[in-house]
Amino acid sequence: MTKLFPHFPRQYARYFLLLLVPLVVLLPLPDFWITQLNYIGLYSLVAMGLVLLTGVGGLTSFGQAAFVGIGAYTSAYMTVNLGWSPWATIFVGMAICAVSALLVGWLTLRMSGHYLPLATIAWGLSLYYLMGNLDALGKYDGILGVPTLSLFGWDVGQGRPFFVLVWGTALCGAFALIHLLDSRTGRAIRALKSATQMAEAMGVNTLQHKVGIFLIAANYACVSGWLFAHFQRTVNPSPFSLKFGIEYLFMAVLGGVGHVWGAITGALFTKIMEDQLQVLLPKLIGTSGSYEVIVFGIMLVLVLKYLPDGAWSIVGHRFAVRQRVNNWFNAAPLPERSKPAMGEVVLEVSKVRKEFGGLVAVNDISFQVKAGQIVGLIGPNGAGKSTTFNLVTGVLGLTSGAVRFRGQDITGHSSREIATRGMSRTFQHVKMIPDMTVLENVALGAHLRGEAGAIKAMLRLDKDEERRLFREAARHLERIGMAEHMHDLAGNLAMGPQRLMEIARALCSDPALLLLDEPAAGLRHKEKQALAGVLRQLRSEGMSILLVEHDMDLVMDVTDHIVVMEFGTHLMEGTPAEVQASEKVRAAYLGTEH
Amino acid sequence: MDFSIASILMLDGITNGAVYALLGLATVLVFAVTRVIFIPQGEFVAYGALTLAILQTGQVPGTVWLLLILAGVAALMDGWAAYQRHHSVADAVVALFKTAALPVAIALLTMWAAPQKWPLLAQAALTVALVTAFGPLVYRVAYQSLADATSLVLLIVSVGVHFAMTGLGLLFFGAEGFRNPSFWDERFAVGPLMIAGQAIIIGVTTVALIVLLWLFFERTLYGKALRATAINRLGARLMGISTHGAGQLTFAMAALIGALSGLLIGPTTTVFYDSGFLLGLKGFVAAVMGGLASYPVALVGAIFVGLVEAFGSFWASAFKEVIVFTLILPILLWRSLTDKHVGDDH
Repeated sequence: MTKLFPHFPRQYARYFLLLLVPLVVLLPLPDFWITQLNYIGLYSLVAMGLVLLTGVGGLTSFGQAAFVGIGAYTSAYMTVNLGWSPWATIFVGMAICAVSALLVGWLTLRMSGHYLPLATIAWGLSLYYLMGNLDALGKYDGILGVPTLSLFGWDVGQGRPFFVLVWGTALCGAFALIHLLDSRTGRAIRALKSATQMAEAMGVNTLQHKVGIFLIAANYACVSGWLFAHFQRTVNPSPFSLKFGIEYLFMAVLGGVGHVWGAITGALFTKIMEDQLQVLLPKLIGTSGSYEVIVFGIMLVLVLKYLPDGAWSIVGHRFAVRQRVNNWFNAAPLPERSKPAMGEVVLEVSKVRKEFGGLVAVNDISFQVKAGQIVGLIGPNGAGKSTTFNLVTGVLGLTSGAVRFRGQDITGHSSREIATRGMSRTFQHVKMIPDMTVLENVALGAHLRGEAGAIKAMLRLDKDEERRLFREAARHLERIGMAEHMHDLAGNLAMGPQRLMEIARALCSDPALLLLDEPAAGLRHKEKQALAGVLRQLRSEGMSILLVEHDMDLVMDVTDHIVVMEFGTHLMEGTPAEVQASEKVRAAYLGTEH
Repeated sequence: MDFSIASILMLDGITNGAVYALLGLATVLVFAVTRVIFIPQGEFVAYGALTLAILQTGQVPGTVWLLLILAGVAALMDGWAAYQRHHSVADAVVALFKTAALPVAIALLTMWAAPQKWPLLAQAALTVALVTAFGPLVYRVAYQSLADATSLVLLIVSVGVHFAMTGLGLLFFGAEGFRNPSFWDERFAVGPLMIAGQAIIIGVTTVALIVLLWLFFERTLYGKALRATAINRLGARLMGISTHGAGQLTFAMAALIGALSGLLIGPTTTVFYDSGFLLGLKGFVAAVMGGLASYPVALVGAIFVGLVEAFGSFWASAFKEVIVFTLILPILLWRSLTDKHVGDDH
């Protein structure tokens, strides 16, 4: 493609697939194959929703067939009984799906991950029986005589024109998902599976994003159902039963649940296999029946065991991920929040306490951090430093005590609320999204500084904001000396650089107070020196830093004030020189002579 | 509705609810120990009821062949695993026989006993033995090598196992439904109510099983080992508890409960190869009520589901299933308001 059109940017190459769709119709394919491909396109749309939900978001639903049913029945009922145009009913169907998904999602997603699939099983079943028993929907006979889709008097609901419609829709759906996953919202979604705690600390409302992807998946299914109803010209409950809900998940898993193209691959294989098995198995067994579920069931287990990334992963890696093109060098800088004046008290921790059952992990600790100050929090292992961190940042709830940040009481606030106020942190055990690049991981830190949502992202109306976010992310990576790792996958980094990446991510949120949990662990001597330089520079810009660290050279070198903890209690505090001179501190670390 | 209809419905609801309670308990049990959401629980119910039905006709039930195939696969897997560990053919053969011996013995016994038309209770015992043997084999073949996967993956595996077991049910039992003879035909008049002997058996069996489970978990070392595995797999392993063994034992118990449920429900309704799924899911709704963690709440929930179903089928019989399964939404609302636990990282 690049050779043909030397000025054509490579990242647009995939859109040529859209142009190929009408060309396929011109091929001398038998009508039977066009029909099969139409079904595959319909299934692909549903499976794509599951890729977003299951492969990316780590949630799953067995109720997608029910959403297909809502789309199909809504349109069938409204066109046949109320005389609406199909082009209007799609929006009604999508609205109903959205409300249902919001209801089910809101009820289940606040609890742990397995309640959504369970609820969707029950929900899929009850919807199936509802469709089969309502007089208005024609009971198990369904609704007959659904009008075909026509565009300016031209029948696009059958055969080849429908092929163009279905595959055009499916490809647009695929592109929209690819766009979404590569956006501010997409990065937050990609954190849902393995790093919700980190995402919340970066200000991501993870519940909202979980409900959001369920809603998007439901609407992909709804569009498929709408197309299905007008293609079949009749609807009845059987294609929307739980069995099909499970089959859609099978497609996504078989094709590759982590990748958008896996959805199409899975739909293709499943449809072809189903057709072959429905002919072959009854011959083999001697009686007719839906025996293909045996093969599907066994295959599902085998695929999860031996090919967990699905069939697409066999070919997918040939399409090497292109390095992101630097298009942000001339982007406008992001606005920054007003910073506290030098010397102003930024953080005031008073008598915070945390009890785990009978164990007092943090025992009435009090200290202050002033603007432009680096405060070290040190103490032997198990002294309660990281727990104190978690109390201050709202990751853990406190038993008693109070935390004030920039003059406001933040006691008991969630980590997300605290992040919006300008406190940012790193984690003792690095939390990141390993299959995203370093740059993308860092850009997640700037989540609260952007506002483009899912729809803007899907339509690529967020380009300007994206450039600004990446400019900021790149700036902090350069500052921390990580520029050459910018395009590496975060999971491929060594421990030290991973920690530096976390610092860049925290800086990306434009914090007034930075909390660093053992940033120097795993760093080499040179890297430590560079880190100290960065910390000093940040301080000179008015940043306040609270530092938990075991490397005493670094702590004594950069901090202005040190708080020492032992067994959850406040041992002493003072300047580095005072702490070094303290007998108590020495005893705490090394023990006393008797 | 007068009092007598209401009491008949109550009785009906409690009887069915008792069976859902058993299935709910099995679901909670399996989830607690292995983190597997065991969707195919209901398949054991259908296998149990249908195996007994076929034995009644004096033929060899298809479950025998299925058991032999499954035992063969599991034995080969164990044999291969043993060979890879020690590179000794003798070890492999020993492992192979260890896995296959019991299922093959039960299968042979059934093949020998089937044409002799044993009395009903003996056939019931044989059925329970046969179906229970499926439990550890299903765990071995489908779950064991994925035991450390996320609960999402295990759930999807469960769905695959459900598909396979339902399809195999169709293959081995056919599409025809069966109704089993009652274990106790006596009927007792209590005021306006006629209580069937079968209903009493259902109630007594449920209570007995719950007491046995309680004794098992509270009073035996095995039970305590299972509870330890449920709380911390790695910790249990370090204490010398085989987590694979715990998984297989749990699945055996689930299969046993399933088979008993099948025998209990067989005489009260016609059972088809795919009937188990809905029964299992109703037990599920009950288990969800207890947060998949609490046995007593699951029990109360199951009786509640049974009652809702009985009264639902009286007032709006066509919408009975809709009512029962929509019930999960208010239950989840209640749980999400009482359960403060926010989803953690997988």
